[in-house]
Amino acid sequence: MLPKWFTNWNKENPTNVFGPGIIVGVVGGAVFVAAMIVAWGQPFATASTQTGPRGTGMSIPEFKSALAEGDPTIGTFITSDPIPPQPGDQLARDAYEEAPEILGDLTVANYDRLVEAMRLWTGIPTLFNGEDNYQTTVAMRMIEMTQNLNEGWDGHVNANGQVGVTCATCHRGQPVPSNIWFDNTPLPNTNMAGFAAVQNRASSTSGATSLPSDALSKLLADYGQITVHDLESRVAGSPSDEGYQAIQHTERTYALMNYFANSLGVNCNFCHNSRAFYDTAQVTPQWATASLGIGMVQELNTEYLMPLVDVYPEERLGHLGDAPKAACATCHKGYQQPYNGLNVIKDWPELATTGTPEYE
Amino acid sequence: MDNENNMMAERMGQPRYSTLIGWVGNAQLGPIYLGYFGVISLATGLLWFNIVGINMLAQVGWDIPEFIRQLFWLALEPPSPEYGLTMPPLNDGGWYIISSFFLLVSVCSWWLRTYLLAEQHKMGKHVAWAFASAIWLFLVLGLFRPILMGSWSEAVPYGIFPHLDWTTAFSIRYGNLYYNPFHCLSIVFLYGSVLLFAMHGATILAVTRQGGDRELEQIVDRGTASERAGLFWRWTMGFNATMEGIHRWAWWFAVLTPITGGIGILLTGTVVDNWFIWAQEHHFAPVYDGSYGYEAFNGEGG
Repeated sequence: MLPKWFTNWNKENPTNVFGPGIIVGVVGGAVFVAAMIVAWGQPFATASTQTGPRGTGMSIPEFKSALAEGDPTIGTFITSDPIPPQPGDQLARDAYEEAPEILGDLTVANYDRLVEAMRLWTGIPTLFNGEDNYQTTVAMRMIEMTQNLNEGWDGHVNANGQVGVTCATCHRGQPVPSNIWFDNTPLPNTNMAGFAAVQNRASSTSGATSLPSDALSKLLADYGQITVHDLESRVAGSPSDEGYQAIQHTERTYALMNYFANSLGVNCNFCHNSRAFYDTAQVTPQWATASLGIGMVQELNTEYLMPLVDVYPEERLGHLGDAPKAACATCHKGYQQPYNGLNVIKDWPELATTGTPEYE
Repeated sequence: MDNENNMMAERMGQPRYSTLIGWVGNAQLGPIYLGYFGVISLATGLLWFNIVGINMLAQVGWDIPEFIRQLFWLALEPPSPEYGLTMPPLNDGGWYIISSFFLLVSVCSWWLRTYLLAEQHKMGKHVAWAFASAIWLFLVLGLFRPILMGSWSEAVPYGIFPHLDWTTAFSIRYGNLYYNPFHCLSIVFLYGSVLLFAMHGATILAVTRQGGDRELEQIVDRGTASERAGLFWRWTMGFNATMEGIHRWAWWFAVLTPITGGIGILLTGTVVDNWFIWAQEHHFAPVYDGSYGYEAFNGEGG
């Protein structure tokens, strides 16, 4: 194939081409990569949010590409302007037999507006249509829950200015919201007891770690103790004592904190100075917001979600027969603020308060 | 003199040779001498290994694919805290206690082996004592500290990820182990061991052409290799070890790593329950001025 003179010349002039070839290749490749980084920029550039005093290393790094993208569900939020009631407007309770008590005092225009939005937010077209379906039963309780969230938990929900919560904050158009959770312990198939029966499995409730899988149920539904530290350098006690927070309890709290971080797309330093996790003098303002969030989720689960267990059909329950429950990720969906801080409540005074809605 | 060629008469077992092994070490493989303690050590060690493995298998319902899939997550856990130092049910730490007993016998038998074989070879007992320093840490973690704490639940689980979880939780629970001065010392000796090993290995390789690899001869009859190596380090950093001394440096650094680490673990939860507060009380940790999270939060964030 090659001309004969070329083959002969090569045979007569044996040369090691591999050594120089490798050097040229490596150096050339490095130059190419360096040129590309200079010309096109770092493909995995990160932005850091400083969360503590200089020198403490407290920061939240995030990919710039992810930040630029934002939450893709923001554009899907459906809203409409409230219609200020006029004297003489017909009320929903008079117009519709199926109107639930809690929405009965709305004007027909606003009732129609809200029901339509709720059907779109949840993707359940049969809400409040007069049929006897479990979704409607659940929805009535969820309206009360949402009103309580916006009013009673204002300190968490509106911590950085009015944002609010609607059905869409959790549902995002899905009849069953994403990132709900169920009891998962004792773990399936285990024949162990005690702490050995609740950990060391890559489960959905352990965030695929080997930490305890019962962190959410013990700490966000059963009001278990989250703090594990002694606040003096020496405190007497043995793990066999009642109430002693042992290493196993610490792992459970660690699992919960891991869940928090994953739910918000942050790390420990978002709330804590990690050199002293327990020290409330070294936490960030977000720690206080998150602490309120813990109390809020506990109330959501115990007061609203768990009592609905008898209302749901079997396919909506967990494998241990428990009702679906909420926690950070159910609203936050991996972001520091749900919908990246979009004010979803401003058009929905009906959901913002347990009292009479205030139209502008 | 060995005119009758009886040198091999006392030899037990048949050595084998491997080219592959010769690339990374001595090409001769075996014979291995087990003796009483070797057999005891292997047998009890195998029992420990099997108890752990079969417990893991039982935890996934005897499902082999699931066992392989979750292998790094699975563990044989110590008893739950409430059992204290009593014997718990088999499925809540009982198997852990039994297997730990076998592991203890296994490790101690292996230590006796290192001691007795050194004696048979009329060697010093340096290997045995170095191994004993590692066993000290092992005993602190699994025996001494749990007894002082009054609960076997304080022992370390037998599992890949779970023992790492334990390590993190141990540090967090007791207020950040980085502020435990014995932990600091242990890190110094650990990293120091690595540094010394790298410096020594590099030095000997660098003076091999002058005969520096014959370290024992260089110890008793210093040659140009030792002179050059010493000169190199004196010029580099003003100080050099000796051909013998470097090995004592390395031995002590390695041995002090688990000794100091073990002291630090033993004091944790027994004498000190919050190392960060302890460190502040003893002016060992600095106090930062200023509030947390001020303007920083006006920056970017998702």
